[in-house]
Amino acid sequence: MGKTLAEKILSQKSGQDARAGDIVIARVDLVFLQDTTGPLTARQFQATGFQKPANPKACRIFIDHAAPSPSRELADDHIFLRHFARETGCGLSDVGEGVCHQLVAELWANPGDVIVGADSHTVTAGGVGAFATGMGSSDVAIAMALGQTWFRVPETFKIAGEGDMARGVTAKDIILYLIGQLGADGATYKSLEFVGSAFSKMNMEGRLTIANMAIEAGAKVGLFPSDRVTRDFLKAGGRGARYQPIQPDADATYERVVEVDISRLEPMVARPHTVDNVVPARELKGTRIEQVLLGTCTNGRLGDLALAASILKGKKCHPETRLVVAPASRAVFKAAIEAGYITDLLDAGAAIVTAGCGPCLGLHQGALGKGESCLSTSNRNFKGRMGNPEGFIYLASPATAAATALRGEITDPREVI
Amino acid sequence: MIKGKAHKFGDDISTDLIVPGRLAHLRSNLPELAKHVLEDADPTFAGRVKPGDFVVAGKNFGMGSSREHAPLVIKMAGVSAVLARSVARIFFRNAINQGLPILICDTSRISNGDELEVDMARGMVNDITSGVELSFGKIPPVMMAILGSGGLIPYIQKYKGFQLPD
Ligand code: SF4
Repeated sequence: MGKTLAEKILSQKSGQDARAGDIVIARVDLVFLQDTTGPLTARQFQATGFQKPANPKACRIFIDHAAPSPSRELADDHIFLRHFARETGCGLSDVGEGVCHQLVAELWANPGDVIVGADSHTVTAGGVGAFATGMGSSDVAIAMALGQTWFRVPETFKIAGEGDMARGVTAKDIILYLIGQLGADGATYKSLEFVGSAFSKMNMEGRLTIANMAIEAGAKVGLFPSDRVTRDFLKAGGRGARYQPIQPDADATYERVVEVDISRLEPMVARPHTVDNVVPARELKGTRIEQVLLGTCTNGRLGDLALAASILKGKKCHPETRLVVAPASRAVFKAAIEAGYITDLLDAGAAIVTAGCGPCLGLHQGALGKGESCLSTSNRNFKGRMGNPEGFIYLASPATAAATALRGEITDPREVI
Repeated sequence: MIKGKAHKFGDDISTDLIVPGRLAHLRSNLPELAKHVLEDADPTFAGRVKPGDFVVAGKNFGMGSSREHAPLVIKMAGVSAVLARSVARIFFRNAINQGLPILICDTSRISNGDELEVDMARGMVNDITSGVELSFGKIPPVMMAILGSGGLIPYIQKYKGFQLPD
């Protein structure tokens, strides 16, 4: 009997014949934590009595969520994490280097790897073909200490996408549409496997955007087969030797098959306060937006900034709408400067903040005021997410974000491109 | 046998509603953070909850971020178990790792304020107020062992690694 991607990777890493429903103990190739879940992780690690991780080189600490620190308490947490990194030999990515998931994709994730992170969007690395999943602080502390952890092998939903994206439609619209179909808990505990011509043609940035949001349907992982696009991506990042092709078997067992005609999709928006509350952007015409956020681990990559810049170049944002841009990493930021995108965005009136999470989780750099609405390219619109339970968050693509910044109200990007 | 009062919540209670990101500066000050438990879902909850009480929710409880502070502050508030129609995956694992039982059952049959009695061994919830009896889903053996040790840290201290039942 054939295997899904999840079964293949977990078989390799556990040395067992891993099948959906089995519990296995698997080796982990990378364990990481960030500055809001990290202090508890480090304390759990110490509380258990461990001094050093099983493999410090495979452990990484990111200071990205509250970076630079907005408060003295968080600054103290940062000090603690830097200390912990030095004592344990874990790698450290400090203020300004970027969002953990972007850096993991740029620098460390390989097809077939098992990656656990103390952050729910660890699933992002599934775009590269890594079995990557988020866990809590205790689980991550123990995975660091032992170099392995236990998994229940997930059942898989095969998401089969055919057809080309229409003008103005992006990977973000595909995943918003899918979450609208599946529901916010429609894929709880499952692996989502993205196959078909639409996904095999998709570039790595699009794959990362889609894998990033697998968790918003409750999934444990969102996996792309490893193919030529993966190989070229790894090569460009200087780790071509880490490429291995991994495809699901033709006779793999799927719990559910979802077929999507990608060519029929249009720009989509998730309305407050759940990610599955999805409608076409055009239906929300006239909805006033006070803040637009372009960035995050979902859509803060170079192609995203390029797309927004191409719409905003030579124009001005609406006078009553502020545009906040947070590049996903320092490498993205630098490339966007060199390509002129940052100048285009600045000229349009954007405020550019540190590469990192920025205002995404409501800590700083763009918390919402009472009754304000934000259209964000991030992945969550939960009540209170951007620092205020009396704020409203809409999720959309970088194209929709740029069009909305221009008009000051939710705008289908096809109206402006 | 655990006894307490039911505090009802709706569907899709996110970890942002349980312990909002804007309070991240309190995460290294847990007693202070715990005062805000479930604040954005029900600001009066922290003041009303008594040791032994139950959080009773709809579907997809604990969705969203991986912050283990969410089950941690619920436990610190004295809650003895969370009953829900379904729970998000990471929250489920985190709660067990913190030694907080998660009982999956048809919570629509429990009303706010009902007196409940939970029999972990039999897998039954008895709603004393209404007389309704509900069975709850089995927790996988590896998680039962972690729960039985009082959480993941004491479990690892005891066994020095993961033990899979045959
Ligand atoms: S960018 Fe937002 S969603 Fe991504 S890791 Fe940071 S806070 Fe989380």
